[in-house]
Amino acid sequence: MFKGKLHGVHPPHMKNTAGNRPTRMPVPPMITVPMSMNIGAPAKPVVKPGDEVKVGQLIAEAGGFMSAPIYSGVSGKVKRLDEILSSNGRFDTAIVIESDGLQTEYEGLEKPVITDQKSFVDAVRACGVIGLGGAGFPTSVKLNVDPDRVHHIIINGAECEPYITSDTRTMIDNASRIINGAQLLQKYYTADNIIIGIEDNKPECITIMKEAGRGVPGFEVAELPALYPQGGEKVLIYNTTGEIVPEGKLPIDVGCIVINCTTLAVIAKYIETGMPLVEKVITVDGSAVANPQNLIVPVGTPIKDVLDYVGLKAEPRKVLYGGPMMGISVPNLDAPVMKNTNAILAFAEKEAADPTPTACIRCGRCVAHCPFHLMPLEIERAYNERDGAALKALKVNLCMECGCCSYGCPARRPLVQINKLAKGVLNKYNAELKEAEEKKKAKEAARKEAGVNG
Amino acid sequence: MANRVVSVNPHVYAPETTTTIMRDVIIALCPAVVASVLFFGVRSLLVEAVCVIVAVLCEWGFEKICKRPVTIGDLSAVVTGLLLALNLPVTIPLWQAAFGALVAIVVVKQLFGGIGMNFANPAITARIVMLVAFGANMTHWAPAAFSGAPADAVTAATPLSIIAGINGVSAGTNTVADLPSLLDMFLGARGGSLGETSCLALLLGGVYLIARKVITWHTPVAFIGTVLVLTALLGQQPLYQVMAGGLFIGAFFMATDYTTSPPTPAGKLIFGVGCGLITVCIRVWGNYPEGVSFSILLMNILNPYICQWTRTKPFGGVKA
Repeated sequence: MFKGKLHGVHPPHMKNTAGNRPTRMPVPPMITVPMSMNIGAPAKPVVKPGDEVKVGQLIAEAGGFMSAPIYSGVSGKVKRLDEILSSNGRFDTAIVIESDGLQTEYEGLEKPVITDQKSFVDAVRACGVIGLGGAGFPTSVKLNVDPDRVHHIIINGAECEPYITSDTRTMIDNASRIINGAQLLQKYYTADNIIIGIEDNKPECITIMKEAGRGVPGFEVAELPALYPQGGEKVLIYNTTGEIVPEGKLPIDVGCIVINCTTLAVIAKYIETGMPLVEKVITVDGSAVANPQNLIVPVGTPIKDVLDYVGLKAEPRKVLYGGPMMGISVPNLDAPVMKNTNAILAFAEKEAADPTPTACIRCGRCVAHCPFHLMPLEIERAYNERDGAALKALKVNLCMECGCCSYGCPARRPLVQINKLAKGVLNKYNAELKEAEEKKKAKEAARKEAGVNG
Repeated sequence: MANRVVSVNPHVYAPETTTTIMRDVIIALCPAVVASVLFFGVRSLLVEAVCVIVAVLCEWGFEKICKRPVTIGDLSAVVTGLLLALNLPVTIPLWQAAFGALVAIVVVKQLFGGIGMNFANPAITARIVMLVAFGANMTHWAPAAFSGAPADAVTAATPLSIIAGINGVSAGTNTVADLPSLLDMFLGARGGSLGETSCLALLLGGVYLIARKVITWHTPVAFIGTVLVLTALLGQQPLYQVMAGGLFIGAFFMATDYTTSPPTPAGKLIFGVGCGLITVCIRVWGNYPEGVSFSILLMNILNPYICQWTRTKPFGGVKA
C-alpha cells in the first residue's frame, strides 16, 4: 500500500484578483453556446433560428445519461445553429443568440420540489450543472449513487491554479450558498462528514467558511498546504481523508464524493431560486490584460468581448481557458466562455513564447515533482520506443496531466504532451493485447470442439 | 491578426534551466578553485583554464563537425573541464591536461550522444584514462603551501599513500607521524589533486548545491557515511579516510552527476553506498591508494540496473 506524501510544485500564486468582488459585464450583443461543454454526450438543441428566448430558458436538452441541459444566459433571438471548432480540435454545434440587452427572466422558472435523493439528483440534473472546477463531468451522474456508499463529502475549495480566484470569490461572497448545498448533500447522503479543502494561501476563505459552517454537524474545514495540485480530485481525497482511489476506480469506490465549491453554490442557487446555470464568474488576468478582475458573464460570451471589456495592454499572444498549469490555449478569440470556464488568461509575447526543449539530463525533477510518483523521464524513453508494455508498467494511464513534470523540467521537455501521446500508445497496446487474447481463446475453443468431435 | 501560440499545458515554467543548474555547479566549485590557488599556486589556474577551454572547444568543434546543435551555452562542458582540472596534480603537463579534456568531451560524452546520453561521468573517466596513460605525472604530488613540507621539497606523499605504506600495501617508509593533522586535512594543506584537498571548500560548495536543490543529500551522505563506517570497522583511521583523497569532491560533485546516477532517492542511496563500498575495498585491499574515481565509474556502469530496481511506486497503481 502506498505511504507517504504526494508531491507537487510551487508556481507563483499570482492571485491578483482575490480581493476583487465580481462585477457584471455589460450584456454582450451575441452569445455562442456550444453543445459539448461537458464530458460525455453533447446536449441537443431544442430551439431553432428565429425563436425568442429569455434568461434561464431551456435551449438544449441533455443528450443522454452522461450529459446536461443548457439554458440561455441572455434574452433575445436565436440567430442560427453554427458549426464551431472547439478548443479540443473537434467540431461542435453551437446556438448563436442575439441579445436584446434587456436580460428578461424566463417566466417559467420554477423552484424544484425535492423530497428524496432521487428528486435531489433530478434537480441537479435539471440545473444543467457540470464540474465547474474545469473537468466538466455532469454533476448529476456523480451524485446518482447509492447514498449508503458515501462516507465523505469533500468540497473542493483548493483552487490551486495560479491566477484563478473565481472559487475564492464564491467562498467569500457566497459562503451561505455553499453551506446550504452542503446541508442538502448531508440530508440525502449518509456521509460521516463534509470536508471543505482550502489551501492555506486563502486565509480569508478559511475564516469565512469556518464561520459559515459553525454548528453544521460533521462540517469541517481542511487547511491544505499551498502545494499545487491540491485541487486534483485524487490528491484532495488523499490529503483530506487518507483514502487512495485505485487505478480504474472512481472516488465513490472509496466512499467519497468530491464536488467543487462553485458547483455546489450553483446547485444551491437553483434550488433556492429556480435559476439554472446560465452565467459564470470568471477571472480575467494575465500579462496582456490591463485591468485584471473577476467578471460575471453569461455562458457563451465570446472571449473577445471579455478582453475588450477589461482592456488589453499588449497583444494577447496566448489566451487560455483556465490556469497556466492545466489551461487550454485558444487559437480563436471568438471562442465562448463555457460552463466550466473559470478563467480567461491572456499573455503577452514574453510569457506566451514556447520554450525550446533541450536534451533530458536525467535530473529526476519530474519524478520528484509528480504528485502520483510517476516517472515522466522513463515514460518519455518508453514512448520514444513506442513500448506499450513499458508504458503499462510505468502506469502512464494514472497521469492527470497536472503539468508539474513539465513545469519543473530544466530542459523544458514537453512531458505532459508526451504523456498524453503515450496514453494513446498504451491504449493501442491494450487493445492489441485483448485482441490476441480473444483470438487465442477462440482458437482453443475451436480445438476443444475439434477434439470432442474427433 | 497576430498568430496565437497554441500549446499543451503547462504554460508556465520554474526558473531553473540546464544552464542555471550548471552555473550553480560552477559557483559551488569556486571555493575549491580558490583553495587550489592558495595551496598549489597560480599554476592551478593555468591547468583549470586549459581544461575548461579545451573542453568547450572540443564540444563546439565536435558538434560543428557532426552538424549537431551547438550546446556550449548550457555550460556543461565548462563543468566537465573544471571538474577534470580539479582532479589533476598541479604539475601535470598542460598538453596532457588538454588531452584529458578532449577524452572527456569527445570520447566519453559526445560519442555517446552528448549531454544526457553518456553512461559514464566524463571527468572521472578521463581522469582514469590519464592515470593509465600518464601514470608518473598523474601521481606526482607537489607539496601544498602551509603544509609544513620543507621549502625545497618537490614531491609529497598524499595521506592515502602514507596510509597504504603503513598498511604495507605499497612500498613506503612513511609512518603515522608523517600524516598531516586533521585540521590540515580539513582545510586542504596536504598533497593531492588541485581541488580535492580542501574538505572545507568542497563542503561549502556541496552545501550550496543542496541548498539550491541542485543535488539532494542522499548520494553524498550515503557515500561518505559508508566510507566512515566501514573504515572505522576495519580500524583504518576513519576521519583521515573520509577527508583524504577525492572523497569529498567525488561524493558532492561527481557521484551526483544527473545523467550517470539514479534519479530517485532510493537509487541515490544505493548508488552512494555502492561507491563507498568499492572505494574502501580499493583503498584497503587494492593496489591503488585511492579508489573514488574507480568506484564512481563502476557504479556508473551499474546505474541502469539501479534505475530499474528503484522505480517509484505510482500512487493508486494496481498490480496487473
